[in-house]
Amino acid sequence: MPRSDFRRDRDESRMRLSAQTSSVGRMSSQPAIEAEDLVKHFGDTHAVDGVSFTVPEGSVLGMLGPNGAGKTTTVRMMTTLTKPTSGTARVAGHDVVKEPAAVRSSMGLTGQAATVDELLTGRENIRLIGSLYGLPSAYIRSYGDELLERFSLTEAADRTAKTYSGGMRRRLDLAVSLVATPPVLFLDEPTTGLDPRSRVELWDVLRGLVKDGTTLLLTTQYLEEADQLADRIVVIDHGKVIAEGTPLELKEQSGKAALVVTVSHADQLQTAAGLMRDLVDEIHVDESARQITAPAEGLRDVHRVATAFESSEIVLDDLGLKRPSLDDVFLHLTGHRAEPTTEEEATA
Amino acid sequence: MTDVDISKAATAAVGRPEIRNTGLLRQSLSIAKRNLIHIKRMPEMLMDVTIQPIMFVLLFAYVFGASIDTDSPAGYREWLMGGIMGQTIAFASFIVAVGLTADLDKGIVDRMRSLPINPAAVLVGRSMSSLLHSSIGIVVMSVTGLFIGWRIRGSFLDALLAYALLLMWGFAMIWVGILVGSAMRSVEAVNALMFATMFPITFLANTFAPTDPMPTWLRVVAEWNPISSLVQAVRELWGNSPAAPDSAALPLQHPVLATLIWTVVITAIVAPLALRAFGRRTAT
Repeated sequence: MPRSDFRRDRDESRMRLSAQTSSVGRMSSQPAIEAEDLVKHFGDTHAVDGVSFTVPEGSVLGMLGPNGAGKTTTVRMMTTLTKPTSGTARVAGHDVVKEPAAVRSSMGLTGQAATVDELLTGRENIRLIGSLYGLPSAYIRSYGDELLERFSLTEAADRTAKTYSGGMRRRLDLAVSLVATPPVLFLDEPTTGLDPRSRVELWDVLRGLVKDGTTLLLTTQYLEEADQLADRIVVIDHGKVIAEGTPLELKEQSGKAALVVTVSHADQLQTAAGLMRDLVDEIHVDESARQITAPAEGLRDVHRVATAFESSEIVLDDLGLKRPSLDDVFLHLTGHRAEPTTEEEATA
Repeated sequence: MTDVDISKAATAAVGRPEIRNTGLLRQSLSIAKRNLIHIKRMPEMLMDVTIQPIMFVLLFAYVFGASIDTDSPAGYREWLMGGIMGQTIAFASFIVAVGLTADLDKGIVDRMRSLPINPAAVLVGRSMSSLLHSSIGIVVMSVTGLFIGWRIRGSFLDALLAYALLLMWGFAMIWVGILVGSAMRSVEAVNALMFATMFPITFLANTFAPTDPMPTWLRVVAEWNPISSLVQAVRELWGNSPAAPDSAALPLQHPVLATLIWTVVITAIVAPLALRAFGRRTAT
């Protein structure tokens, strides 16, 4: 779509909104989402055991953790679905226990399973939720059509959601959550079960929402997802926050970058290892991958090693600097991997 | 088609429409309407109030009809109708339970609860659509009854009162449905439990066979079964059966009053349990 249209749309929306800007301006002094020492016990199980975080308006918090870490329970407390055993939480300035109605009016929730109604069409799903919000039906009709178009569901709008693919259901779920344009959105594992392409598409949609000021809290088991979308990440395990920071800070916490050299022929691996030993303090040789890994300070080390290999007989497949992934971060913090194993994913 | 227009999606958060609290009734109606769309999309959901009771009417009327002696002026077929109606409306609990469990299971209830609506709307909406669902059964059976020779022989007002009692009964059964639906984890479990309880309960009564020939202990159980009061009341009001004999248990002597008392008692006991079970189920 032409850029000018887009800008005009935005300008019009701004004008519509001008009456509200003052209240929005006041809001920005406080975080959009706040949790203070949230605790939830189910009998003897400490599902959430003292979780605190804040999410400034217009930013994205990624809540990262394995299955059963307490992510969903935290989201359920934040969205008034379950009461905290202790601790407080505020959404758009409203206390989740004392003002649940105000919280529900200021946020949207997309649950772990796409909770669209399978027997309703896409349009009917939007109409149902819109009417429960008490929005005028003319508004629901026009804005619903707009949402369906934005999420590429116009053609499927009058088909029952049963016939939708996983990606389409998620998009419809999100469209439904957006019908009342909530300033805060909770997404509980929004891309679980999606194929990689649908996942990337959904990420784009979410980025678009954030660009326009929506505050997001998303839980995920996928490190890449948190890395891609989140401004800040809280890592949660066994109901506790075990680390917090920007994706970069977390990566730096778990160690330096590594220099990775992959030789082309296995019989040159030892020669290459010998050469590297002279250049760096410490190396690690992985014979099956024909790889030598060494801690590196930065590009200077890469250059030094590359020059040495250039003047040798050794043929290389690859030489480069590898920054720790969030997966490494998670392993470093918890001693176990965050990503579900393939079997877990298949049964989920 | 799967290309998502990001720039457009980006404007989503800009305008904020006014959220209005439309009140419990309108919210419940929205949810009930959604449940009725389900029936429209899957008409086979109505089998339990159409094919099944018609089949029962025909089977009982023709298979047992010849061998069961009743004191109905027009024979067993006419006598049977009150019983089948009573059973069908008791199964309203079944309909509520199955629908509620499915919604809980699929996260639909949570989605509704995350909206700024009256939390009772989910249950009220479900109850409305279930009562309508059961009412379809009552209408279908009345028509079927007319075909096989059933007639209303009482006054118009009495006939109306009989239908009103059936609806009231359905209302009490909704709470049973909410209780079972909240306590059970799957639709299959609901089906299994309801078959194992509602079938014997609705048979262990005056629904399909007169109680006086039963052994004494069984007769006492059957006649104190709340559903027997309803069935006796409906039969008497429709003029399908004379008043219960003096030997019958007390509730059958005053079936209309007994039915009213039973519905109040059942509601008073089950409703708090049902709400607690629903609260517990949704709080975890």
